[in-house]
Amino acid sequence: MEAINIFIKSAFIENMVLAYFLGMCSYLAVSKTVKTAFGLGMAVIFVIGITIPINWVINEYLLSETGPFGVDLTFLRFILFIATIAAMVQLVEMVVEKFSPSLYNALGIFLPLITVNCAILGGSLFMVAREYNFGESVAYGLGSGFGWFLAVVAIAAIREKIKYSNVPPALRGLGMAFILTGLMGIAFMSLMGIDPAALMSAK
Amino acid sequence: MKQTLLNLFQRLEPKKGTVLHTAYDAFFTFAFTPNEVTSRGVHIRDGIDLKRTMVQVVVALQLCYLFGTYNIGHQHYVALGEYTNFFAGFHLKLVYGFIKLLPIWVVTHVVGLGIEFYYAYKKGHAVEEGFLVSGALIPLIMPPDIPLWILTVSIVFAVIIGKEAFGGTGMNILNIALLARVFVFFAYPTYISGDDVWISGLEKVDGQVVSESYGWAYGLFDGIFKSFGWATFGSGGVPVVDGYTGATPLALAYQGGWSNVTSVYSVSDMWWGNIPGSIGETSKPLVIVGALFLIYIGIASWRIMVSMVLGMITMGLLFNAWGATPFMEVPWYYHFHMGSFLFAMAFMATDPVTAASTNRGKWIYGFFIGFVGLIVRVLNPAYPEGWMLAILFMNVFAPLIDHMVLQGNISRRLKRAKATA
Repeated sequence: MEAINIFIKSAFIENMVLAYFLGMCSYLAVSKTVKTAFGLGMAVIFVIGITIPINWVINEYLLSETGPFGVDLTFLRFILFIATIAAMVQLVEMVVEKFSPSLYNALGIFLPLITVNCAILGGSLFMVAREYNFGESVAYGLGSGFGWFLAVVAIAAIREKIKYSNVPPALRGLGMAFILTGLMGIAFMSLMGIDPAALMSAK
Repeated sequence: MKQTLLNLFQRLEPKKGTVLHTAYDAFFTFAFTPNEVTSRGVHIRDGIDLKRTMVQVVVALQLCYLFGTYNIGHQHYVALGEYTNFFAGFHLKLVYGFIKLLPIWVVTHVVGLGIEFYYAYKKGHAVEEGFLVSGALIPLIMPPDIPLWILTVSIVFAVIIGKEAFGGTGMNILNIALLARVFVFFAYPTYISGDDVWISGLEKVDGQVVSESYGWAYGLFDGIFKSFGWATFGSGGVPVVDGYTGATPLALAYQGGWSNVTSVYSVSDMWWGNIPGSIGETSKPLVIVGALFLIYIGIASWRIMVSMVLGMITMGLLFNAWGATPFMEVPWYYHFHMGSFLFAMAFMATDPVTAASTNRGKWIYGFFIGFVGLIVRVLNPAYPEGWMLAILFMNVFAPLIDHMVLQGNISRRLKRAKATA
């Protein structure tokens, strides 16, 4: 039950992009067409969904004082988390290159750049700060990945639509993307404040 | 008479290429259909154009305007315990509401149309008149006591960021009227949410709520009323009745469920609109008349309306089955009575620009508005009402829904073509 709460909360209520504004670089750069946004979104769901549980294991059994080294190694957290993420991204990159070369070309540099996508590292760090257990961190990873996917696909569809609009020349491209992100943030505020956990316990 | 008007227009025409000419052109094409037609390509020729489409929506709103004006005055007097019968003190209530509504209406149009004229002039384009409908909707969805400067700021934000940045009428992603309201909602929350903002003309003096002193405009009417021997406004300062809270049905439902609501408002009062609320959305039958009119003339999509009702009923039944809080136990059919569901359904969700444009997309779009809106209304303790936010939420996803529907269609047809080939 707790896992479902965390999934819903991280996907809709505390959306990585539209509530925390994390992972903006690839969100703004790859959202020009729905097709590439869909591909990148899937890659992010995969990477964030895998790395958060792995990082949970690393944090809990390798870096804590009860781990094999018997000392508090949490200062190594950042570098190890990034290493895990980089390894996963490498995996995704190889798979995408093998099975969908066209998507691989369309994503270009932004596929390896998922490594430094703040949403993914941020997800791992939130997981530590909020003291999730293993099951919760799986749900959190999948939920925040799904939230990021939803946001990037939605803005890509809007940007495909406004390609035919007479946007003032100074705002074309990135300027419009920023305005859109802000307006989408307003729309997503509708769900902010709902607390699934409190509702479950009210029953 | 038509000829005189045309002559007058022709005599007044200012020089082309000036701001004045832009404004002139707007009024001219409002009064007369321009006789320019498309010269290239194949087109269906029809007398109806953007302006006349919009005017019909404004016509559909007139009943709401009439009732809203009267209801402002009625709620004011009910709170004071005077003229509690709906038709008692008719002239006072009507004039009171009119004097409250008129400045809001004028400011909305002057600011909104002013920006629109300016941008049309800048772009060297005829005025698109997209603000006609937004301008008619905005006064109806604001609280009667909204300060005019807040109204101005919100309209400036909505029209410039929400519409002109996207390239003008027909290009916006979010509904302009709702964007203006949501701006007030998040930027100046004390003026638009809470229990005591929906009844106008009350103030707190020494911890007691009394009616504000009526201004000079009311004094003017007092003179007229006196000469007829009718009741007058007086000087204000009347304390409210005992037990007055000013709470709206939704706030009551949140606190204690349906029985708590009916202890203050009767079901028929809620249905006919004799309750405090935004200016124009309280009367359900009049909104339904407007909705039927829009469906009849083919401007609003019945698919969105029906699917929105279906989505709301689905969620309502789920909540009834769940029943964790008193609000969830409110029978699903009473959700139509409270708040602004019908108004949002008839005039907000059906905005053809921001809704999904494919037929199948409209079903999905409307269903999710009903679904999400009731979730926000019932589950979210931070917000009293959900339709505004749910519609904005689905506005964001409407292009995605359209995209999916189109792609689905393409792949299905490709498959069919392959099968027959």
